[in-house]
Amino acid sequence: MNFSKSFRNTFLVILLSLIVSACATKKTTTKVEGQMQGDVYTGTDTVKYLADGVPDRVFFATNESILTTKSRDTLRKQANWLRANSSINVVVEGHADERGTREYNLALGERRANAAKDYLITYGISADRISVISYGKERPVDSGSNPLSWSKNRRSVTVKAN
Amino acid sequence: MIKLINLVLLTIFLFSSKAYSLIEIDITRGNLDPLPIAVSPLFQDDNSKKNSINELKIENIGSEISLVVENNLKISGLFNPLNKEAFLQRPDIAHLKPRFEDWALIKAQALITGKVTIEDKKLKVEFRLWDILAGREMMALAFTTVPSNWRRVGHIISDKVYERLTGEKGYFDTRIIYVSEEGPKTARVKKLAIMDQDGFNTKYLTLGNELVLTPRFNPTSQMVTYLSYFKNLPRVYLLDIETGTQEVVGDFPGMTFAPRFSPDGKKIIMSFAKDGNSDIYTMDLENRIVERITNHPSIDTSPSYSPDNKYITFNSDRSGFQQIYVMKSDGSNVKRISFGKGLYGTPVWSPRGDLIAFTKLHKGKFYIGVMRTDGSGERLLTENYYQEAPSWSPNGRVLIFYRETKSNDKGEGFSAKLWSIDLTGYNEREVQTKTDASDPSWSSLLSN
Repeated sequence: MNFSKSFRNTFLVILLSLIVSACATKKTTTKVEGQMQGDVYTGTDTVKYLADGVPDRVFFATNESILTTKSRDTLRKQANWLRANSSINVVVEGHADERGTREYNLALGERRANAAKDYLITYGISADRISVISYGKERPVDSGSNPLSWSKNRRSVTVKAN
Repeated sequence: MIKLINLVLLTIFLFSSKAYSLIEIDITRGNLDPLPIAVSPLFQDDNSKKNSINELKIENIGSEISLVVENNLKISGLFNPLNKEAFLQRPDIAHLKPRFEDWALIKAQALITGKVTIEDKKLKVEFRLWDILAGREMMALAFTTVPSNWRRVGHIISDKVYERLTGEKGYFDTRIIYVSEEGPKTARVKKLAIMDQDGFNTKYLTLGNELVLTPRFNPTSQMVTYLSYFKNLPRVYLLDIETGTQEVVGDFPGMTFAPRFSPDGKKIIMSFAKDGNSDIYTMDLENRIVERITNHPSIDTSPSYSPDNKYITFNSDRSGFQQIYVMKSDGSNVKRISFGKGLYGTPVWSPRGDLIAFTKLHKGKFYIGVMRTDGSGERLLTENYYQEAPSWSPNGRVLIFYRETKSNDKGEGFSAKLWSIDLTGYNEREVQTKTDASDPSWSSLLSN
């Protein structure tokens, strides 16, 4: 994980698929409990839809901003939808769970939102159609203090801006 | 807001030399045996009582001021204010010349006496500190101010007594700026709030229309810097709490956050996030020149200057996880200083220069701790479910921080409160606020 972190920003686009597949392999070996895989939320409770079959959000592991296979699948759907609706611009909101210091979480939320934005850009969406905002841990969707609640809150959400 | 200048130090009767006094408090250790002190109600004559009712709607302002002093001394953990009902001598007589045997009888080691008059819309207060064991006066001071400043007079008396008995500046005539919180976790309303250090005189500086976070005082003036989501653009702002004017700091094409003033008050240091990467920048408040201090693909945030402005401590995950670093203030010579188990955040340099306070996360628990500026001598002061963001008292002896409680699965049971703890690890207590509260920042002493 440390290895992948140090490269994240510089070689994000090139290395993305490699790193993520490496991580996904590792995560499947950990316990799958209900709606989580590793500690990434895989349920649909909080998910809204930008259009039919286009989920608005992706979820992250603790302290991570790496996109899972499922997240990349979701973002490709968002990219397709954005291509088909070229007049729509979006804001990608990055969020963290409550188990981290406020300032670090603001930075982490920004990093997560940009991970999603960068993936949309790789799939052909113009950068000027996507803005990002980080809310850190300030806007949880689930107010519980347990691992499942936290996993729902570690997310980036793509929201229509116009 | 309170006018700072209208408090005039009028007369200094006498400062007897320290060598003669028998009582002294060592604040470098946990004080398990607080000094028994008698705080006599300040005497007020009948004419002043009438004026006091007219001016302040308070009959016995002398008693009220002595209660402010008593409460301050008590929460410091260093003093044990004695029950007034046991006092044998009348306040006016005691103020002229205490019968030391009477006060020794109730086990007082120090005594505060005083006198208050309100005339011509002016509040005059004189007080004396007596050493009961040595049977002599230790200090005597008098102040004149506007009557509405009466609580501040109590704080200043507390500071003078604290300084005389511990040899270090006090921290009572100070204020705390913090974020007031209301509503459910998923739709929390946050406002900037300011109050006296003892929880009185709460005022709200924003209305709650936009999210506000992490206010910090300028150590040299009544300015505050904080993060606001005004118009949904998270940016660092500068607020003058005397005039209420505010402005965005710098012209950054993205989120700025984690602001703090340099100790000389001339710069704001903060993080700027762009393209998924946060680095540290400064802006000079005079010429508005922006300088980039770190340039690294990791998250660099929570910067805090050393009191001599020569070094900066900050939080970075360049090692893979959140750790604490120190560098020269030009960004050179970056060194990691936290090497213990767990994650480290929110480093804050002590105003005394010798320590860095921090938040630590280890095995699901949060700690407030301190370490030397080279990372040695780590000491964890308090452990809890969630707590973070320590801020130093101006004398570097007390830390204030916020603590959150765990919610149940429905999100019930959540609270956020301010707490303080001595550097010794003793005297942990909740700081009363009118609403839930977080992100406290301690001001400098308002008067010296």
